[in-house]
Amino acid sequence: MAEPALELSGLEVRYGAVAAVRDVGLRVEQGEIVGLIGPNGAGKSTTLHAITGLVAAHSGDVRLHGHSILGRPPEAIARDGVALVPEGRRIFADFTVEENLRLGLAARRGGNGRGALAEVYELFPVLREARRRSAGALSGGQQQQLAIGRALVAKPEVLLLDEPSLGLAPTMVDNLFDALAHIRERDVTILLVEQRAQRTVAMSDRTHVLANGELRMTLGPADADDTDKIIAAYLAS
Amino acid sequence: MNLVAALDAQTLVDAVGLGAVYALMAVGIGLVFGVLRLVNFAYGQLVMAGAYTLAFTASWPVAASIAACFAVVVALSMLMDRVVFRPLRGQSPAVMLVTTFAVAFMLQAIALMIDIRDDTIGEIATSIASFNQATTVAGVDVRKITIAAVVVAVVTLALLALLLARTTIGLHMRAAAADFGTARLLGVRANRVIGFAVFLSGLLAATVAVLLTVQFPFVGPDFALRETIVVLVGVVVGGIDRLWTATLGGFAIGFATGVINGVLPTDKSVFLPSAVFALVILVLLLRPAGLFAWGRAAAAERV
Repeated sequence: MAEPALELSGLEVRYGAVAAVRDVGLRVEQGEIVGLIGPNGAGKSTTLHAITGLVAAHSGDVRLHGHSILGRPPEAIARDGVALVPEGRRIFADFTVEENLRLGLAARRGGNGRGALAEVYELFPVLREARRRSAGALSGGQQQQLAIGRALVAKPEVLLLDEPSLGLAPTMVDNLFDALAHIRERDVTILLVEQRAQRTVAMSDRTHVLANGELRMTLGPADADDTDKIIAAYLAS
Repeated sequence: MNLVAALDAQTLVDAVGLGAVYALMAVGIGLVFGVLRLVNFAYGQLVMAGAYTLAFTASWPVAASIAACFAVVVALSMLMDRVVFRPLRGQSPAVMLVTTFAVAFMLQAIALMIDIRDDTIGEIATSIASFNQATTVAGVDVRKITIAAVVVAVVTLALLALLLARTTIGLHMRAAAADFGTARLLGVRANRVIGFAVFLSGLLAATVAVLLTVQFPFVGPDFALRETIVVLVGVVVGGIDRLWTATLGGFAIGFATGVINGVLPTDKSVFLPSAVFALVILVLLLRPAGLFAWGRAAAAERV
C-alpha cells in the first residue's frame, strides 16, 4: 500500500518549557481532505508551523510520502511540495495580484508556470480581472482567494490551510468552502485547520479535534449534524 | 547675495556628480539592508579594497585594472556574507551592526599591513587619473568623471529598477525585503536571494571604487571611510526601509555636501561636516520617518 501523502507521528512542539503540541499523530492519504478543529490556543497553528518548518519539533516525525521532512528549512519544505495558506493570508499588499501568484511559483518544481496561473484564474475569475491591481486593494474574501491561488500555483503535494474563513463575511465563507470543494475535486490533498467546526466536519473525510495540544477525538462526515457530539468534543478539553 | 553668486552652475554640476556617487553607495547599502536587515558599516572597506586594487594594478591596461577591481570587491563582498553575515543571520540588529564595525576595522588593519610593505602609507592610483580632467560643456568646466558618474549612476539605477520589477529574482528580492518569513514559506530560497543582493552590492561598491579613485587617487586604509559615514546618514535621512528613499537620501546628502562645499569660503571649508550634520539634525527633527517617506510618513515603524 502507498505511503500516506502526509503523516505526523508523535509530534511534540515546545515553547520553552511549555508543550504546545503533544504526541500528535495523523495521516492524510492522497486526495483526502482532513480537518483539524479545536478551541483557540489548542495547538492547531503550531501543528501546521511544525509541518512547514516555521517552528522546530521537539520530538516525533513529519513524513511526506514516507520521507521525513523534519528539520528542513521552510523554503525546502515548500519545494518538497507542502504549501501553506497562512493565517491572516500574508499576501504582499504592495505587489500586484499577478506578482503575488508568481511568487507562489517559487516552490514549483518544473512545469508550466503560465498554465498554473491560468488554472487559478479559472478557479477564481475575479483574480484575473484584478491581476494588474495592487493586492492590498482587494477585499478580504478576494485576498483569501489570492492566498489560496498563490499556494495552488506551486502544484503542492499537500495543501495546508490555517483558518481560511477567519474574518470573512458569511457569503464569503460559503464561497470559500465551495472553492475548497472544487480544489478537492482536482485531487489536491488537504489538511484544513478551522474554527467553523460543523462545516469542516461535513466537508472532510475525517476531522480531528485538538485541545490543549493533544488529539481528543476523531469525527466523520456523518457527525456533522450531531451538534451535541461536536460540542462535547470541544468541552472535553 | 554672496550665497546666490556662489551657487553657480559649476557648483551645481559638481554637487550632482557627488550626489550620483553617494546614491550608488546608498543603493549598495540599501540592497543588503532590504534582505538582511543589516546595516553594513564595512561597505566603505569594500570600496577601499577596490581602490587599492586599482592602485596596485596601475601599470596594467586600464580595462584590466578595472576588471581586477570588480573581481576583488565582488569576491570580498561574497566572502563577507559567507564567513560573517550568514552565521549571524537572525541575531539582533545591534549584534550585526557591531560585527560590521569589527569587520570594517579588521579590513582597514589588513589593508595597512599590505600597504606598509614599501615603508610608506598610501598608494597612488595613476592609471585612471586622466578621467579627472575637465572638458567644457556650455561654458561650464565639467570634469569627465562627473559626467561618467552621473551617466553610470543613472544607467545602473535604471538597470536595477528593471531587474527588480521584471525578473523572477527581482520579484523574490522584493518579497524577501517586504516579508522574508512569508517569502521563504512560498519557496523563495533565502541563500540565493541574499547571495544575489550581496553580489549586486559588491558590483556597486566596485563601481564606486572606480569613480572615487579617479577623483581621489591617493589611496590609504581610511579610503571611503568618511564617505560611508556620510552616506549611512543620508540613507537614514532618506528612509532606510525602502530602497528608493534610501537612494534619494544618499543623493540628497551628496548634493547638499557639494552645494555647501561650493558656498563655504575656502578658508571656512573645515566647517563643511558641521554644516552638513546640522542640516541632517534639522531634517530628522522635522521628518523623523525620513525625508522621502511620503504617505505613511507619520508612522516611522513598519509591521
